[in-house]
Parts: sequence; C-alpha cells; structure tokens
Amino acid sequence: MKNPIPHILREQTLWLSPERCILWEEENTLIVADLHLGKSGHFRKEGIGIPQSIYKADLQRLMAQLYLYKADRLIIAGDFTHSTANKELDLFLKWRKDFSLLQIDLVKGNHDILGDQWYETAGIQVHEWKLAAGPFLFLHDKKAEKDLTAEELSMYRFTGHLHPAITLKGKGKQTLRFPCFYFTRDCAVLPAFSRFTGGFKVEPVKGEQVFALVEDGIMQLS
Amino acid sequence: MHATPGYKLIYKWLEAKSFRPFLFQEETWTHISQRKSGLVNAPTGCGKTYSVFLGTLIRYINLHPDDYGTRKNAGLQLLWVTPLRALAKDIGRAMEEVLTELQLPWKVGIRNGDTSIAERARQKKQMPEILIITPESLHLLLAQKGYPALFQSLAVIAVDEWHELLGSKRGVQVELAISRLVHLQENPTQRPMVWGISATIGNLEEAGEVLLSPLQQPCITVTAALQKKIQVESIYPDEIEKYPWAGHLGIKLAHKLIPIIQASGTTLIFINTRGMSETWYQTLLDICPDLAGVIALHHGSIDPELRNWIEDNLHTGKLKAVVCTASLDLGVDFRPVETVIQVGSPKGVARFLQRAGRSGHQPDAVSRIYFLPTHSLELTEAAALKSAIDENLIESRIPFTGCYDVLLQYLNTLAISEGFTHPSLYHEIRTTYCYRDLTEEEWGQLLHFATQGGKAMQQYDDFKKVELEDGVYRIKSRKLAMRHRMHIGTIVSDAMLKVKFISGGYIGVIEEYFISRLSPGDVFTLAGRNLEFVMIKDMTVLVRKSSSKKSIIPSWNGGRMPLSANLGKKLRAALNRYRQGTSTETEELKALHPLFELQAALSHVPAENELLIEQIETKDGFHLFVYPFEGRLVHEAMAAILAWRISRIQPITFSFAMNDYGFELLSDQPIPVDDTNVYDLFTTDGLLLDIQRSVNNTEMARRKFRDVAVIGGLIFQGMPGEKKKARHLQSSASLLFNVFSEYDSDNLLLRQAYQEVLDQQMEEARLRDMLQRIQESTIVLTFPVQLTPFCFPIKVDSMREDLSSEKLEDRIKKMQQQLK
Repeated sequence: MKNPIPHILREQTLWLSPERCILWEEENTLIVADLHLGKSGHFRKEGIGIPQSIYKADLQRLMAQLYLYKADRLIIAGDFTHSTANKELDLFLKWRKDFSLLQIDLVKGNHDILGDQWYETAGIQVHEWKLAAGPFLFLHDKKAEKDLTAEELSMYRFTGHLHPAITLKGKGKQTLRFPCFYFTRDCAVLPAFSRFTGGFKVEPVKGEQVFALVEDGIMQLS
Repeated sequence: MHATPGYKLIYKWLEAKSFRPFLFQEETWTHISQRKSGLVNAPTGCGKTYSVFLGTLIRYINLHPDDYGTRKNAGLQLLWVTPLRALAKDIGRAMEEVLTELQLPWKVGIRNGDTSIAERARQKKQMPEILIITPESLHLLLAQKGYPALFQSLAVIAVDEWHELLGSKRGVQVELAISRLVHLQENPTQRPMVWGISATIGNLEEAGEVLLSPLQQPCITVTAALQKKIQVESIYPDEIEKYPWAGHLGIKLAHKLIPIIQASGTTLIFINTRGMSETWYQTLLDICPDLAGVIALHHGSIDPELRNWIEDNLHTGKLKAVVCTASLDLGVDFRPVETVIQVGSPKGVARFLQRAGRSGHQPDAVSRIYFLPTHSLELTEAAALKSAIDENLIESRIPFTGCYDVLLQYLNTLAISEGFTHPSLYHEIRTTYCYRDLTEEEWGQLLHFATQGGKAMQQYDDFKKVELEDGVYRIKSRKLAMRHRMHIGTIVSDAMLKVKFISGGYIGVIEEYFISRLSPGDVFTLAGRNLEFVMIKDMTVLVRKSSSKKSIIPSWNGGRMPLSANLGKKLRAALNRYRQGTSTETEELKALHPLFELQAALSHVPAENELLIEQIETKDGFHLFVYPFEGRLVHEAMAAILAWRISRIQPITFSFAMNDYGFELLSDQPIPVDDTNVYDLFTTDGLLLDIQRSVNNTEMARRKFRDVAVIGGLIFQGMPGEKKKARHLQSSASLLFNVFSEYDSDNLLLRQAYQEVLDQQMEEARLRDMLQRIQESTIVLTFPVQLTPFCFPIKVDSMREDLSSEKLEDRIKKMQQQLK
C-alpha cells in the first residue's frame, strides 16, 4: 500500500505515488498539480497565523520525490503558487538552485498570477493554458476542454483544479473520505499536491478508476 | 435617601401616575446613591428597568440639585448593555418618555449594527447621557481611536438580561469591556458602578460575582419578591402514537390551537426552530384562513423592519397570534399577550418559565402556558416540567473561563485603537472572572501568536498583525484594522445571504448552505411566503413570488438546545411513577400509558434506579441504545467513551446518534456487550484517561474549533468590495483543524477547542457522578426483536441528516407500518 501503483495509459507507464504525484516512466517526468506554494505565507502576511511547517513539509515532499526518481522534468498542471509573491517563495527560489538541471513546465492555473519576471528567475517554462507531451495533454481546469481542437481532444488529458476526494459509505452509516487520483475515460484529475487544501467530492461511474490516498499509502478503489 | 431631592422628584412623578415604587426598586436606588454595585434579580415585566435607570437619575439629580434641569451635554452617564438589538428601541423609547416628563435635558442614544454612520459621528462628537448598546458594538467602540474620552463621565454600567449573556462568549466580551471601562479611571472612587439585571437562574450569586469581578468588590443582590403563578396545560393527541418521532405529531395537532387562539387576546406560539416556525405559520393559516392579517411570523432571519412592525402591533394588540422562535424570548412586555403556547420541548425549566412569563401581566394574573408535544414521548417532559416548576428547580448558567479566542480578538481590538501595554493589560485582564487564572505563560503565548503568528521560519516569513513600538502593541495596517472591525463579535453563523425580490423589496436572510443546494426555479419558503429562486447576484439571493403549492422549507443550522440536567432528573422520576403505578395521578403520564405498555412488552420501562440498554439488529446494522436521560450533550460524551471502551474489546467502528433521552451506537458488526461486561463498560476506573482518548477520536473538538477559529480571527469571512482578493484567504475550519493538528498541535486555539469539549461536554466530575449513579443502579439489558417506542425517535433523528424531508416522511411511514 505504501508503494506506488503502476497504471498503464496510452501505452505509457505511470507510477501513482502516495505522495500525490505521478512518475511518467518513459519520459522520466514527475507530474503534479495544485502545489499552492506560498499559501501559508499569504495567510500570514494578512495576519492569519498558519504554521509555516506545512509549507516546509510540502516542499520537502516534492524534493524527496524528485531525488527518489531522479526526474528530468517536472510538469505542473496549474496552481503552482497560491497568490502574490511573498517570502515563502524565496525559499523555493533558493531550493531551485539545487535542482538547476531540472526542467520545470507550468500550465497556468487560476492561482498562477505572478509576473513573467518571477517565472523566469525561477527557471520555469510557462504555458498559458495547455501543454502537449507525447500522447498526453496537460490543462489546469477541465472546463478548458471546450476550447480544444478535435486533434487535442483525441489526446489523454491531465488536469488539476478540483482537488478531488472520494467518499466511501459502509453499513451502519459509516463514511470515509480520502483525496484521490481520478481517471475517467479520456481525462485524469490529479489530487492536490499541497496538504493545505480542501477537497471536492467526485462520484465515479462504471469504467472509471479511482486511487485513494489513505494515510501514507495508496489504494485502488475501482 | 428618602430626603434627597432626587428621590422626592421621582417619587412625586410616580405618585402623579398613581404608581408606588416597588421595594426592590427603592433598595436599588439606595445602593446606587451610595455608589455600590450589584445585581437586580427580577423577572421581565415588573419594572426592572426602572430600578437601575431611575437610580442613576436620582443620583445625578442629587449631585446637581440646583441645575440638573438646565445642565446640557453632561457626557455619558449610563451605559446600558443589552443582548438583543431589537430591545434597544423599546427601552430607549421608555427612557425618553421618563426624561421628557421629568424635564431632564438628557439624550438617549442607541448604538448597534443598525446605527447610521451620521449618528455614530454625532455620538463621537457629543456622547448622549444614556447609550444603549450590544456587547459587540461596545467592543467596536473600544476599537475606536480616542475611546477613553467617551467614557470619562460614566457613572453606571448596566447589563440587562445578564442571565442570557452569562455562560456564553458574549458574556466574556461583556466582562472584558467592563474591565477596560473600570480601569480607565485610575482612582477607584471615580470608577463607574456596575449593575446587572437578571432573571432567576440557579447560580445567581455566581452571576453577580462574575459581572463585578473587575471591580473587586462584593456584590449586592437585590431581589424582587414577585412570584408569578404559572399554569401549565398539555395539549393531547386523540390517540397516542406508539412510535413517536420528532416534528411529526405537532403539526397534526395544529387544529387544536385554533380555539385557544380565538378564545384569548393575543397568543404567542413558541417554536424551537426557524424552519418549523415557517411550517407552523403556513399550517395555521391553511387550517384557519380567518387568521390572515392578524397572524404573523417572527424569527431571527426576517427583515428587521417587518419584525419592528410585528412588535409594534403586539404592543397595540392588533395581532391575534404570532408564531415565533427564541427571537421573542426577551425584551419589553407585550401587555396584550394573554396566552403562550410552547410547541415541542423547551429543553429547560428556566426557558419555559421565561416564556410562560410573557403572558398575564396584570398584577396577580396567572401566566398560562400550553404545551404541545411534537412527539408523544414529550408529554413526559411536560410532567417533568410541572414538578420542576413546583420545586423551583431552575438551571444554572455556567460562566466560561479561559477563552483564548475571545481574548485574542480583544487584544486585536485594543491594538487598532489606542494600543495596549504589557504587563499592565495582563493584570487588568486578570481582574475578570473568565481570565482570573490566566498564567503568564499563556499570556506570553497569546502575545506571541498576535505578534509572531505562532510557528514560523524567521527569514522566510512576513507575518504581520500586532506590532510592538515604543512599548505599545498596535496594529498599524489600516487594511488589517478594517478587516478586524468587520470580525468583532462572538456569534458565529453560516454565511448569510440577503433575500430580495427581483423587483426590489427585502424579505430576510438565508444561509448560503441552503441556497447552494437549490437550482433556479426551485421554490422555498421564507417569512411565510413561497419564493421562486431566480439567481444569486452580489451576495444577494434574487427571488420572485411563487404560487406553487410545493416548496422547500429551509433548515437553518444550529439552535438545537440540549435538555438541561435538571429536567433530565425530573424525567427519570416521571418514568419511575409509571413503574410505581402512581403515574395515573399525572394527566400526561396517564395519556402515555399505551406507549409505556408497548415499551414494557417489547423491552422495559426503567425505574429511577435502573439504566436501560437495548440491543437491536436491523438491516442497517447492529444497534445499541442506551437511555441515561441526561440530555443530548452528555449523551454525546458518553457515547464517545462507551464506543472507545468497547473498541478495546475488539476492532470495531461505530456511528453515533443521540437525543435528549438516550443515545445509539451503530455498527456493521455485532456489538460485544452483555451481562458479563456491561458494568465494566460503565466503570469510573480510568475515566480521565478514557475521556482524553475518546475526545481525540471524535469529531467534538473539530466542531468546537469552527467557532474558535472564527472568533480567534483564523477564518476570513470576506468583506464588501474585497471579494476577489479575499478568495485567496479562504479556508474551511475543518481544513485548518487538520493543518494545526498535524503541524502545530500546541496551537492555543486548537487546544482551546479540546478544552471546550472537556469543560462543557465531557466535564469529568459530571461524567463521574453519572457513572457512579449507573454503577449503583441496575443495568437492564434487553434484546427487543423490533424497534421500541423509546429508540424510535433516536433512530429517526439519525436518518434525518442525509435524506430530504419528503423521502424521510415516506420512509418513516413505512417503518411505522412494519412495526404495527
């Protein structure tokens, strides 16, 4: 349960990690969404005392995954940062220097509102709303699909934005709720990487796959 | 005192109206003229306002015997704190009348959320002599630069309806404000007096001690020796429903109210929830269309103007009946009210007496209150209430202590006006009852949280809130100051949206949560009208009139009061009377005989020294029902402890449900409770440890954290004109609870949430007493083959949560049929 689960899509091997990210084996690429970096810092700047250790922990998890897989590339399906610049983001910039060879691609999400200069300093390649790679297409919000071409629609899409969570119901009125990876026929919704995020309930239908993030592990539910 | 000019003047004025002062009023006047502080214990409607108000006037006249009639702009003399802003207008009007007749050139000002900006500015320039204010608005005054000047001449702080404020965080706000106002004057002889006015509660002496704590003076209690006679009459169903469920029976009995309404002057019909009050209003109109125009609906979500209109018409006797909630519990008397009807359990003796007291105002008149049960088992509560009233067994209001959230808010409040200093504010705060045990360490943590925002990485942090400059703690950012001002208060409710007609016209407010589940075209009921939901625009719900017969009644969250311990005890005694065969002496119990007999046949009716436990298997799973009759809150705590103890026998998961009579543990596997271990499960051994562990394992602290986080300023609720930016600051209390639990478990607001559970729900002493009682009694374990009359209401209540009301009704009917 603590090990990543392989998931084959369009003849590509995706390793779904309990740390809320995907390793795309063939491309040696780490795929994540909704990191919301600097969220605690944004709250703190406005006088709300969120513990910063949550930010540190998120960043360390990301670093650990990149080290673990020795990934060459990081694709972010939107909401990399949470709001305007703050000192917490300086910590990311410092950390970025240790990964100078890593290629970072960001498909902009609704929270990615920093100036071009910042992304340049951070060595992040910005894509306004979509990024194609191999048989896959990366978007932030599934709603953007309506603007895709027929050709693009034939590609398998990866999205974020929703922060999907699944609710399980048992006998005796028992319910459990977990963040999850949610794979529909032609589109995947990634769990939010940051732990400082809420969840949106998804209701899978037959033929769709859900992998729940249970404590420190991952479990396939359907 | 009788020889003073002030007394003579007031006495003469009263005499001219052929009134004579009551003894308790004169007593209060004497104390005020001697600069003493205290508590007036008097029910509503017997001149309690005049005790403190006229006392203040007498003292003022005595101080200025020659020119009291010509002195203008004397500065603030009397600060009148009231819990309900709806009361301010009536009290102000009554005071103004007196001032005019006495030809005293004093002004009466009102300060609350409805006060216009122009009026506020006028008040700042020249304070009226009397200011009527809510606790929240008082804190807002303390958030203004230059506030100390406004209170320079203050002689008396009066806190009206103190029994309502005590035992709530609003009460703590009052304590803090008093400590500040009192200490504005360094010379103790210049300090304002503090007078509380309270209805009877179980701990009056403590109530006085709490209020006067900042003065560090003994409290004088003045009691009005006026006892109203109260007559309780139950309304009976023609046939006793053997499977009772809350909410259903009441409406079926609605037709029995019509003759009562028609036979009396004005009738107040108290309903426990806003949602049900809407239903009742509709039903009464349907049954008796003649009432149209003379019946009104009054609850907290209705347009204040409409409420004012209703209150005015209550005074003049133009209304025949008003369906209301706790919104009409307090306040000045409506003399035309002759009859009061209580629908459903009032949950406590004090509340029931207060409502009963709203009728029958003529001296020596009997207050008559009808009790209409919403399910048949509630008739036992009527029997319990009657005997509690006979014995004058009235609940206490337990004062809060150690509320970090309110204190944190208060520190921010002072930081945006005049700032505060350490350690002088620490010593001042420790004069309050709530914070008298606040340690220097806790104080240090609060300051650290306010200035540093708790755990941080120094070089990568830009936390900003309270800053220390030249020894003074202040908030310098105007944006943060403004935002804090919007958040002052301790009443936490769901986000409320205004409801307006698309063509204009304000109807009331409604919870965002309710609207979020509607689609355009859906019809819902508010303020007694059927409204079609059109859209949400600028935080306003736009609707149009609907003629549809079907509509959804909003369920407003909150407001389910737990049964008081006193009433619980009386309830156990009432059941005991059935066992002893003396129940026929009480009408209510006699009516319930068929239900008791079925309960006895299927299971058991517990005597006073017995605890009944039922184990039942249904297709939902395995149920364990336990009936301690201790009230909902205590049952939740007991359910948690029992579940924890059972889970140590074998791995098992439970869900809980409870009402005021008992609680249910439900599991997907058989519950290992039998004769061999049942006493061990209720042992007092290891209780403290089990309490700690079960608190950590349940949702109770998470629920408490919601209010704590809002009051403590962690949840940003947004403010007008800042909607867009605010979006990045949104987070739910539940998420913050997770974040703090995992990353800063020592955070003081998080600790407070757990402490509140331990203090208010899982108080060790009380649980120990209860377990002791159970140990000394016989535990009766039964295995009924089907649901019993006792467990039925609990079962139904637990189904309520995830089903819409219509489906629920069908399902219940089916269940009832299966059981016949």
